[in-house]
Amino acid sequence: MRFLPYLLAGTAFGFVMIKSEAASWYRIMEMFYFQSFHMFGIMASAIATGLTGVLLLKRYGRLLTLDGESIVIPQKAPGRYNYIFGGLIFGLGWGIIGLCPGPIFSLVGMGSIGALAALAGALHGTWLYGLVKNRLLH
Amino acid sequence: MNTLFAWLHAPWPWYVSGPLIGLMVPLMLWIGNRSFGISNNLRHMCAIAQPKSVGVDFFHYNWREHNWSLVFAAGAVLGGFFAGIVFANPQPVELSVAALTMFSYWNVPIGGGFLPPVLFDFTWLSVIVMFAGGVMVGFGTRYAAGCTSGHAITGLSTLQPQSLFAVLGIFAGGLFSAHFITPHLFSLFW
Repeated sequence: MRFLPYLLAGTAFGFVMIKSEAASWYRIMEMFYFQSFHMFGIMASAIATGLTGVLLLKRYGRLLTLDGESIVIPQKAPGRYNYIFGGLIFGLGWGIIGLCPGPIFSLVGMGSIGALAALAGALHGTWLYGLVKNRLLH
Repeated sequence: MNTLFAWLHAPWPWYVSGPLIGLMVPLMLWIGNRSFGISNNLRHMCAIAQPKSVGVDFFHYNWREHNWSLVFAAGAVLGGFFAGIVFANPQPVELSVAALTMFSYWNVPIGGGFLPPVLFDFTWLSVIVMFAGGVMVGFGTRYAAGCTSGHAITGLSTLQPQSLFAVLGIFAGGLFSAHFITPHLFSLFW
C-alpha cells in the first residue's frame, strides 16, 4: 500500500508520455528542426505548471507529505562540467533515437522492440559511466 | 461515455499534456518529498544486476531504499501499455507539413503509427542503432545526474542552476546529432 501512490503517479506519467506524443521519434525530430510548436508548448507549460505548483506548496507551508513530513525540495548536487558534458552526451543520443528515459519505459510497455534495444543500451551506458566515473571531469 | 473513450484514444494537445507532466513535480513532493525523475532507475537496475564480485562502487548501495522509484518506473511501463495498446490512437501522428516533407526527403516512410518502423521494428541494423543511441542516453543521463524529467521539468521548475547547464547541454547535443548525424544514418544504411 505504501507504494500505491508511486504506482499511480508512474502510470499517469507513462500514459501522458504516449498521449502527448513526446515518446514519438517523429515529434522529437520535428522539435530539433523547430518545425512545430508542439514539444516546446509541452516543455513550457510543464515548467510553468511545476513552478506554480512548487510555489503553492511553499506558500501553504503547513501542507505535509502523505507520511506527515514537512515538504523539503531536494537539491541537485553541486557541479558544472558533469551537467554540461553529461547533458551533451545524452542529447547526442536523444537526437538519434528520439527517446529520453521516460519514453523508453513507456514504449517498452507498448511492446516496442526499438525501445527495448534502447533500454538495454541505456543500462549498459549507465554501467559504463559507473565504471569510468572517477576519471571524468565533474 | 463515448466522448470519454474518444478522448482517451486521441492524442492530447500540448496544453493538456504539458501541465499534466508539470503536475508531477508538486505531486511527487507531496507524496513523499521525492524529486520527480526517472533515469535514476537505470542505476538502480544496474545495482540490482551487478554481481557482488564486480567491484564498481557506483552500484554498491542499498537499492531497496529506492523501491518507490522502481515502482514509479513500473507504473510508467504500465501507463505506456494502457495509452499505447488499450487506448491506442489508430491515426498517424499529425506532424507539421515541414516535418513530413523532411522525412520523405530522408527516405523515412511515415507508417500508420507512432514510430518509424525502419528504426523501431526488429532488424539487426535498427537494434544496433537503437542500442548504441541508448548507450549514449544511459551514460549521459548518469553523468548529468538526470534526464529531461529530472532536469528540464523538475530542475527548472525548482530554479536550480545545475539543471539549466544540463538542459543547455542536452539541447545542444540533440541539435547537433539531429542535424548532422541522423539524416545521414538513413542515406548510409537504409
